[in-house]
Amino acid sequence: MMDYLVKHFDDLGEAVTEHLLIVAAALLLSLLIASALTVLGTYSRIVSEGMLGLFSMIYSVPSLAMFALLIPLTGLGKTTAVVVLVIYNQYLLLRNFLAGLDGVDAGIVEAAAGMGMTKMQILVKIKLPLAKPALAAGIRIASVSTVSIAVIAASINAGGLGTILFDGLRTMNYAKIFWGSAASAFLAFFFDSLLGFFEKKVQGGVQ
Amino acid sequence: MTHAIEFQNVTKTFKGAGYSAVDHVDFTVEEGEFITILGSSGCGKTTLLKMINRLYEPDSGKILLFGEDVGAVDVVGVRRHIGYVIQQIGLFPHMTIGGNIATVPRLLKWESGRISARVDELLDLIGLNPAEFKDRYPSQLSGGQQQRVGLARALAADPKIMLLDEPFGAVDSITRARLQEELRVLHGGMKKTFLFVTHDIEEAFLLVTRVMIMNRGKIVQFGTAEEIVRRPADEFVRSLVESAREKERFWEKMV
Repeated sequence: MMDYLVKHFDDLGEAVTEHLLIVAAALLLSLLIASALTVLGTYSRIVSEGMLGLFSMIYSVPSLAMFALLIPLTGLGKTTAVVVLVIYNQYLLLRNFLAGLDGVDAGIVEAAAGMGMTKMQILVKIKLPLAKPALAAGIRIASVSTVSIAVIAASINAGGLGTILFDGLRTMNYAKIFWGSAASAFLAFFFDSLLGFFEKKVQGGVQ
Repeated sequence: MTHAIEFQNVTKTFKGAGYSAVDHVDFTVEEGEFITILGSSGCGKTTLLKMINRLYEPDSGKILLFGEDVGAVDVVGVRRHIGYVIQQIGLFPHMTIGGNIATVPRLLKWESGRISARVDELLDLIGLNPAEFKDRYPSQLSGGQQQRVGLARALAADPKIMLLDEPFGAVDSITRARLQEELRVLHGGMKKTFLFVTHDIEEAFLLVTRVMIMNRGKIVQFGTAEEIVRRPADEFVRSLVESAREKERFWEKMV
């Protein structure tokens, strides 16, 4: 086991970097799109429910099948991986974002509207700051899920930690299987702790 | 002459309800009056109030404020010039007391010096020391203090009309009596028109120039407290007055 780590430390490092790049690109894009869709959703309940229904349906498709389905459209490689991760994240992010904004005390929102705030002002000045804990929770869940689903993306040549894991599975190399899974588990754990820390900080601010 | 508030044949029916929450209502209120709207829950009193600042839109009829049709002007602009206080208080928990009171002046883009002076003035008015309370957060205040801040926030941009929707419904009875008295004094010192919704008959009669009694979407009587007690318009008003009397007799027996 240790043998492998010493000999192939560079390979492992490269895989981790590649993995992080995919995750970072996917998360950044996911957040941008989810934020825009959330703003859209706050203007109409029908739109928000429609989006949630659609994305929950897509979310239920297994990731391996999803990667395969997109190959004819976007080919093999990182692009397809990022596209799938972004689509999956929309469900996790939207659900948490919309529920968080909806969960803001109705009396507070009514007071804001009654004093003459526009819908956008209510969203930016009142709902967003008060929904911060829910927003942070959504980002945390999406990050951890992205790290783990990105492992499967190696099956369509996207690279990353999955490459080591799948190589190991194919050649029955236990060291590869072990280090591939251990590294991705560690990454997921790292993201979870980091964002958990931010989530706590944000909650303290709302008190 | 123009009235402060005028309802012309206003009706509002909510989807799925078999009856109208507000049913062909006509009335006028003059500038500087203190009106309480009294009725049991579901009688339409809150609906009536919320149509004035257009949180609800009437199905038919017209509402005029100082001769101007509220349905015809910008909704956000109307709301910024009407004070609004609700039972849940609705203070913004992530803003300081000063920030809460400054809400409408900020929306109206006052300069910061003017806003700051106005916040201090209002905190003094409601009996909270500006230096001590300005930078606190709502959660650090008692229920009574929070509702005072809610009142100050509504008064901030000096609106001509104040709408109060059971503002003292959530505070204890001792605090409530004190707030009622403070509100009465406050109204006496300014030329503002107050519309105050309540289901508490004593509160309604204590505060007013006139009481409006509503039942099933209609105004059953609108007059001074004395008129209502002496000449109740119908069985509903009579039973309302009678229930208050009974309560009084109960207290007399206790002494």
